[in-house]
Amino acid sequence: MEDLSLHILDIAENSINAGATKIVIRIAEDPGSDNYSLSVEDNGHGMDGGVLLKAEDPFFTYDGDKNKSKSKKQKKRFGLGIPLLKQAATECGGEFRLDSEPGKGTTLFASFRFGHIDRKPLGNIGATMLSMMCGHPEIRYVLFYDINGGPASGSSFHYGFDSDALKEALGETPVNLPEILLMVRDAINTAVMEGRDQTKTAIKSHNRV
Amino acid sequence: MQRLTIDDLKKIKERYEATFTLRHGNHRARVIIHMGTCGISAGARTVMSALVEALAENDVKDVIVTASGCAGFCSKEPMATVEITGQAPVKYCQLDAVKIKRIFTEHIMGGDAVQEYALVMGSENSY
Ligand SMILES: Nc1ncnc2c1ncn2[C@@H]1O[C@H](COP(=O)(O)OP(=O)(O)OP(=O)(O)O)[C@@H](O)[C@H]1O
Ligand SMILES: [Mg+2]
Repeated sequence: MEDLSLHILDIAENSINAGATKIVIRIAEDPGSDNYSLSVEDNGHGMDGGVLLKAEDPFFTYDGDKNKSKSKKQKKRFGLGIPLLKQAATECGGEFRLDSEPGKGTTLFASFRFGHIDRKPLGNIGATMLSMMCGHPEIRYVLFYDINGGPASGSSFHYGFDSDALKEALGETPVNLPEILLMVRDAINTAVMEGRDQTKTAIKSHNRV
Repeated sequence: MQRLTIDDLKKIKERYEATFTLRHGNHRARVIIHMGTCGISAGARTVMSALVEALAENDVKDVIVTASGCAGFCSKEPMATVEITGQAPVKYCQLDAVKIKRIFTEHIMGGDAVQEYALVMGSENSY
């Protein structure tokens, strides 16, 4: 996985597979405390203790009731998404947590040392939102993007996006029309760039944000 | 640089309301992009963005683009299944932005499957 926004897309796909109707993504860049964190919270069917323990294991995929008889699909497939992100976080001096409650939902948290040489850049988070809204437009997506510039910059930046607010503004017009999806992508990426300009974090981290 | 404004949304709404087709299900085609971990790490997001760009550039509103999980051919990702209404579905593999745009022009709009990129013809139940 090349960048963090691809990991986010991948983790959100788990939420979608778990039947979530709302997915909240939080991204926080905090170069002053050398921290980069992200979380994905959903209201899907969650995991019980056994699945939760194994979810961090590579080569585990649980297909639930879809495959009562351990079909060939379940044997062949293995889950890589969560282990890949966990590895990326721990390799960068960060933390990884997976919390879940059956019937309530799941929250995944991953952090990285902001300045760690192997910390992946965020990448095209706008395209991640486009992909999710295109693939599953019925779901509510909320994105929070925060930058704490730290003492060197003295400023912070907060951005929020809520697909339900957009849907309300659109009325009858579907949110997954191509030109709307492209606008969402570009608006989010523009906001990220503006935030970095304002807080000067791009310069500070040698454009590795 | 683009900013999402209420004015922009109004314009899109007006144009959409004048031409809507998708709402009543009479769409030209459905394209399913495979979005498992394997697909995403191989470039599925770029493929989806490129297809959405092609639709917007050509003002095509009667093609549904959606996402599904891993198709079980992880080494052949990124993959997409194109279902033209009334025809057998075609699964395409090892896609990128250029290939999906060609599929858009030749298959989705032109009606001729791009054999070079096709994996299986007409076996919609293998995923
Ligand atoms: N948000 C979630 N809600 C409920 N269950 C989840 C959630 N995320 C993961 N799981 C469970 O953990 C398993 C492992 O997830 P992981 O992303 O690592 O692999 P996968 O989604 O099965 O396959 P892959 O990501 O490789 O396509 C999933 O199969 C699912 O059973
Ligand atoms: Mg997964």
